[in-house]
Amino acid sequence: MLKPKAVLGSLASLVLLVFTGTAFAEYKLNFPEPVAPLTQQMYDLHMLTTKIATIIMVVVIAFVVYAIVKFRKSKGYEADQEFHKGTFGVWSWLLVPVIVLGIDLTIAGSAMDALEQIEDYSTKSDVTVKVIGSQWKWTYEYMDDDIRIVSTMTSKEEAGDNYLRDVDNPLVLPINKRIRFLHTSSDVLHAWWVPEISYKKDSIPGYINETWTNIQKEGTYRGQCAEICGTGHAYMPIVVEAVSEEKYEAWKAEQKAATAAALAEASADKTWRKDELMSKGEALYNTNCAACHQVTGVGLPGIFPALAASKIATGDISSHIDIVLNGKTGTSMSAWGGQLNDLEIASIITYERNAWGNDTGDAIQPADIKSARK
Amino acid sequence: MNAVIHEEHHHDGPPVGFKRWLYSTNHKDIGTMYLVFALVMLFVGGGMAMLIRAELYMPGLQIVNPDLYNNLVTDHALIMIFGMVMPAAAGMANWMIPMMIGAPDMALPRMNNMSFWLLPAAAILLLSSLLVQFIPGTGTPVNTGWTIYPPLSIQVGLGMDLLIFSVHLLGISSIMASINIVTTILNMRAPGMPMMKMPLFVWSWLFTGLLLIIVMPVLAGGVTMLLFDRHFGTAFFDAAGGGDPVLFQHLFWFFGHPEVYVLLLPSIGVLGLVIPTFSRKPLFGYKPLVYFMGFLFALGLVVWAHHQYTVGMSLGVTTYFMIGTILISIPIGLMIFNFIFTMWRGSMTFETPMLFAIAIILMFSFAGVTGVMLAVVPADLQYHDTYFVVAHFHYALIPGAVFGLYAGVFYWLPKWTGHMYNEKLGKIFFWWTTLSFNLTFFPQHFSGLAGMPRRIVDYNVQYIEFNQISSIGSFAFGLSHLLFLYIIIKTVKGGEKAGDKPWEGSQIGTPGLEWSLPSPPPFHSYTTPPEVK
Repeated sequence: MLKPKAVLGSLASLVLLVFTGTAFAEYKLNFPEPVAPLTQQMYDLHMLTTKIATIIMVVVIAFVVYAIVKFRKSKGYEADQEFHKGTFGVWSWLLVPVIVLGIDLTIAGSAMDALEQIEDYSTKSDVTVKVIGSQWKWTYEYMDDDIRIVSTMTSKEEAGDNYLRDVDNPLVLPINKRIRFLHTSSDVLHAWWVPEISYKKDSIPGYINETWTNIQKEGTYRGQCAEICGTGHAYMPIVVEAVSEEKYEAWKAEQKAATAAALAEASADKTWRKDELMSKGEALYNTNCAACHQVTGVGLPGIFPALAASKIATGDISSHIDIVLNGKTGTSMSAWGGQLNDLEIASIITYERNAWGNDTGDAIQPADIKSARK
Repeated sequence: MNAVIHEEHHHDGPPVGFKRWLYSTNHKDIGTMYLVFALVMLFVGGGMAMLIRAELYMPGLQIVNPDLYNNLVTDHALIMIFGMVMPAAAGMANWMIPMMIGAPDMALPRMNNMSFWLLPAAAILLLSSLLVQFIPGTGTPVNTGWTIYPPLSIQVGLGMDLLIFSVHLLGISSIMASINIVTTILNMRAPGMPMMKMPLFVWSWLFTGLLLIIVMPVLAGGVTMLLFDRHFGTAFFDAAGGGDPVLFQHLFWFFGHPEVYVLLLPSIGVLGLVIPTFSRKPLFGYKPLVYFMGFLFALGLVVWAHHQYTVGMSLGVTTYFMIGTILISIPIGLMIFNFIFTMWRGSMTFETPMLFAIAIILMFSFAGVTGVMLAVVPADLQYHDTYFVVAHFHYALIPGAVFGLYAGVFYWLPKWTGHMYNEKLGKIFFWWTTLSFNLTFFPQHFSGLAGMPRRIVDYNVQYIEFNQISSIGSFAFGLSHLLFLYIIIKTVKGGEKAGDKPWEGSQIGTPGLEWSLPSPPPFHSYTTPPEVK
């Protein structure tokens, strides 16, 4: 028959496996390698507490194993009925608080430096990025440069093995600069987490939370939304490209030029052909709207309404524009007016009114959106 | 007619038929109903866990859609906490506390009936909140997790209202049961049983009852505010209306953290009886155990915000909650220490309850050390909301609470039924369930460290190995409970006759009076106050 020590043995070997890691060498058993001073400190704290935890477990297991091997009735061991009345029995309750308090204060003490670093909001930052979580994408605003990026998940085909950890527009950041993140949300709670470079502070509507980092190494770092945010919680990946300062400056210039061109295009007093609007609209719909309403426009029954053959997408144009611009309160439908420009919204609406057999023939112009905004 | 009158004149036998159960004021019958209810809910909640693990066996969406997945995650937690662990512990309290302290019944028998019968109503509401999503037009399912944080819980449809009402009923039920138990313990002890002679299980329920009375109203208030935000235009938790989404988290965890001790303490109490019995030696350090349980009770009430280190609290507040949380290792450490030294120099045998007790000491210690790791704020900002946390709290709650209740079931089944359970099957169940539990949850520490967040329906391929091990483990874990059910049914139906004192060591140390009664005990335990020697 199995003996209690067998389970102890297997537990102990499991614990050992963790810390030697030899048996699972090809699998990830620990945090990814940190590349910023603060995440390095967190990693070191994690390793310190892991070691203390291991030592405590070894001591507890040793005592229990010794007890169940030695003090068994089957070996004829007689119980010592006076044990709890002796000096050890009466005074040993002091031992645990003293020893444990010592360990506790050591751990808490070694965490204080990192904690003060985390809460250091006074050191000047080189780059400030506002990170806005919304269902289910991340928006990044470079506060000093007037650059804005919307980052959504890529499809399984595009992402391959990185599916659920890959986005269309990664956040690009320079290395060796102090970067400040300001976290907020436009709808429900989210949490922006890329373990190599940064830690979690929740994105909360109405709050601005602050974290900071200083990335030491170029590379691509991936993460996911860590606070449950509804249907698409699993579909909010984060990708950070850390690049050299020169590359970062070049990227910024490129972004600004592209934004300026897009703005110029959108505000140009031009009447767009329907096929132009449709091709723009399809791409924009697939990145911004398809997460809920699906690429096929059929939505998810009971959760997200279908657009194909829907009353809104085939009915009155002004109410269609209104719901896209201002959202629908009490639902996941967010207000897109602040997130997309007139041309983009016009294209999406045109696409929605003509795709999937809706065939209304409408071509919505940026000017229509502009007047609806007033 | 004559027979009926005869029945009413002699209150020694139970009434027959459904009235025996529906109108019951007998602590043993109500205790049995609590335990049966908990057993049913164990299979409901466990079935949900099986569905969750089946979905996570492979990346991609195979069985459920994202909303149904998160609804199952939500209800698995609520059912296991409110439907399984708390009723099972309350059932044991009902059965054992009056017998242990020599009381004729619970102090408030009619309220006892009501606190039980609210539970099936609450369970129906809770299950409707899951099923209502299949009716069109009822809005988004409850995809929030059991923490029901706003603003997400404001977006949810009708399911959230049903869930809130269910929580109200559960809260009323728990508060009434707690008042009853606390009153019984304080007022109904037999002459000659001072507080400091009560069995540890009675002490643990005294603290549990007090905790529930303190924290349950806060949860009820929190969810009511949520209900008002949802339907009556208030903005308690809506920043746009001057409210604060984080306020809900404080209200929730002011309840939620003490709730952890509500789940743990009764099982610690069971260990305080099982370990001396099978070590044939009095509990080591009874008084320190009682005092440190009180310390845990007090400390447990003031460390709630360690569940929300990431909401952005000030340095001072965070430091306070960090140190407070780490200090919990002192009372927990003392409990482990005293249990080990109860075994020390004992004369141990390893029946099923004792095997569970030893496994709990080891696995609960492990949950304790990962708990200290999580308490360290800078490291927690990495662990938070990953599978590392999932692994930690399942190690705390399954050995700490659930296995403790299993130990209690095997320890008291002979007393309850008058029959010995099959020891060989009991041991097979122990090894099967303990090993598969570890197979399920140990790998989750690694998926968490590798970066897998909780409550996601689909995951990146890099996490596949640990999720498959975990899923296979969970199926074995779930399956083991069919054996558990079989053992219980078999023991209720028959088996070797159990003596009044089925365990050799049950009278050592600070036992209750339950062993002075026959097995099974009569419908009314005591007609005159028993004498405590």
